[in-house]
Amino acid sequence: MDIFLQQIVNGLTLGSIYAIVALGYTMVYGIVQLINFAHGEVVMIGAMVAFSVITGLVRANTGLPPGVIVAIGVGAAIPVSMAVGWFLERFAYRPLRTAPRLAPLITAIGMSIILQHLAMIIWGRNPIAFPQIIPTVRFDLAGASITAVQIVIILGSLAMMSALTALVYKTRLGIAMRATAQNPQVAGLMGVDIDRVIALTFLIGAALAAIAGAMVGSYYGIAHYTMGSLLGLKAFCAAVLGGIGNLAGAMLGGILLGLVEALGAGYIGDFTNNWFGSNYQDVFAFLVLILVLVFRPQGILGERVGDRA
Amino acid sequence: MHQPTLISWRLTALAAATLIAIAGCGKEEPKPVEAPKTAEPAKPAPPPTMTVKIGSAAPLTGGIAHLGKDNENGVRLAIDEANAKDITIDGKKVTFEMMGEDDEAKPDKGPIVAQKLVDAKVAGVVGHLNSGVTIPASDVYNKAGIPMISGSATNPKVTEQGFKTVFRTVGRDDQQGPAIASYIASNVKPKTVAVIDDATAYGEGLANEVEKTLKAAGVTVLPREKGTDKTTDWKAQLTKIKGKKPDAVFFGGMDATGGPLMKQGRELGIKAVFAFGDGACTDKMKELAGDAAEGLLCSQAGLPVQAASKSFLENYKKKFNVDPILYSPFTYDAANLLIAAMQKANSADPAKYLPELAKISMNGASGKIEFDEKGDRKDAEMTIFTMKAGKIEPVAIIKGGTSTKFEDFIAKAGAAATAGAEVAKDVAKDVAKDAGKVMDAVKEAGKEAVKDVKEIGKEIAKDAGKAVETVKDAVKK
Repeated sequence: MDIFLQQIVNGLTLGSIYAIVALGYTMVYGIVQLINFAHGEVVMIGAMVAFSVITGLVRANTGLPPGVIVAIGVGAAIPVSMAVGWFLERFAYRPLRTAPRLAPLITAIGMSIILQHLAMIIWGRNPIAFPQIIPTVRFDLAGASITAVQIVIILGSLAMMSALTALVYKTRLGIAMRATAQNPQVAGLMGVDIDRVIALTFLIGAALAAIAGAMVGSYYGIAHYTMGSLLGLKAFCAAVLGGIGNLAGAMLGGILLGLVEALGAGYIGDFTNNWFGSNYQDVFAFLVLILVLVFRPQGILGERVGDRA
Repeated sequence: MHQPTLISWRLTALAAATLIAIAGCGKEEPKPVEAPKTAEPAKPAPPPTMTVKIGSAAPLTGGIAHLGKDNENGVRLAIDEANAKDITIDGKKVTFEMMGEDDEAKPDKGPIVAQKLVDAKVAGVVGHLNSGVTIPASDVYNKAGIPMISGSATNPKVTEQGFKTVFRTVGRDDQQGPAIASYIASNVKPKTVAVIDDATAYGEGLANEVEKTLKAAGVTVLPREKGTDKTTDWKAQLTKIKGKKPDAVFFGGMDATGGPLMKQGRELGIKAVFAFGDGACTDKMKELAGDAAEGLLCSQAGLPVQAASKSFLENYKKKFNVDPILYSPFTYDAANLLIAAMQKANSADPAKYLPELAKISMNGASGKIEFDEKGDRKDAEMTIFTMKAGKIEPVAIIKGGTSTKFEDFIAKAGAAATAGAEVAKDVAKDVAKDAGKVMDAVKEAGKEAVKDVKEIGKEIAKDAGKAVETVKDAVKK
């Protein structure tokens, strides 16, 4: 039982990260019907910048408490990722907003490759070890153990999700975003500056991505220039699972996908008599994607598809 | 998404290989000019020269690029030292040239890089780093008849293919696996051990050997857990293992994946001893796993870098301004073996010096090297390490199934050194006596010489005085 609980804890942590990244996909899709495949790279850049700043501060021996150093690192990563997100929207996607839908999709894939290789040039090809400045604090939870980092990830994700929900449903900007999502032309006629709303959507998604990047980096203790592509694809699967374009769906999909992966990897060996090992972990996300697309293309919480998917 | 890049990459690689092959042909060393026999004997023709290329293949990018660079540095050091020695082969002055290639630690890149080296007409190759890459590449070298020595590929299969041109200066997993496993069995005394591997030829091969030895020692081994050579999330595997409460965990894989594995294991509260093979037996484990790395056990095939010859350690540090990491003593030796075999055969032609290489006996940086009929190193030592205060330190040397504590091993070597020192002292005394006699003679000669100098000095002074007076007169006038 404690093993099961432990896999749940692992799955929840992983799922929270997926959910935060999936929000970036789903917000952008909801408003401009674009699958921003470069989003995973924005996460990676967030992780890399946070890493550079944290390492720099540790080397400089500033004597700041570890918590403050991490906060500064994340604080530095957010504007950089936001700048990348803004750049993507302004120069890669906005000129193609009226083009056939395939064009921005291909552009997104191209931007993903460009960003990945830019990061390779800046940070090198070797895996980078995230500095271990926060001591590992473990808590026992009915036989399962949970670290302070995991708690921060899960609680932080929940806080960000509720903040985002409040933003979308309670503020003027949120109303403008929802209006633009429903019908950009009419929203524009009603006095909504849709260019600004779309740019802000990208910025919010990128800020979330930066935080997610810093989380993944500190969780696994390692960062690499290719870390964004698989993470991005899985988060995309999570968004589709929940119903792409739907905020609550992305959160639900992310957490579900994390759980499926953790439990799948943990028990596949037992169920197949060790024919398949836990190295097939990465398969589950895509298995889920295929199943969803076949049996419920609109996703768990998705309502209307038709013109959208 | 990856396919197109891969294909275009391969095309580029092919194009590059072709270009280099063409360039290589163009660059072909000028045929040594026969000294015209009618030339005047007073002006001998400049000695003919020859360039011999030695290939070095290792991953220079990717997760284990640091180890690949270390391998290449070993080869570079050997080649630079050989060039400084003015070696002549077949009457020609030889300049050795290293051709370093990046195999990205990818099995499918192995044969491509190998073909590139073969096309460039290298005389021999040091590499590759990974067993999984070495095995497919060795076929290419074998067909071309070019000797290949790996300083780090430990999978038994490397030398089990019946290839006459394949050698290694490092031990085999079926020597290394049993060594670390028997050390675990006798020192940790576990009831159950969990074994994980990264599904590569190296990781799986090593894990199999460890499992075999542990089972033979009566230890229960849990069903194998697997990841890949890129896995960073080991939580699922480790959680499963945690539930079975093993006393030790063995991982067959490299440090880039082993580091996160150990860190996450400790985070989950696994208290077992973590043990690794040579691929994760580096100081980088500390960087990747943090304080969790403390106390890990790992093995290296061969003597530890610290036990490598002092001159190697110093020269390496001097040249590259970093300390050797892992396999560089072995690749350094491998390059030196190639050069030594060429000198013995008096030819850089692979077909001619290969027989010499097979029966060579040399004292290298990693100890005495001789090859058996398969191309494996005879009597390879294995070393067990532990992580202490962020550095891996040797704890035991295992040779032929017997384990010696590292201090005892060094003490033995030390005793030999002291005995040597005694002999040296006697010799030195005799030399000193003779030197004393010589010194007396020199002193006598010196006294006379001093007299002469004084007299000459006086004369010069007199002359100078005269000159000064002459000048004074001139000024007055």
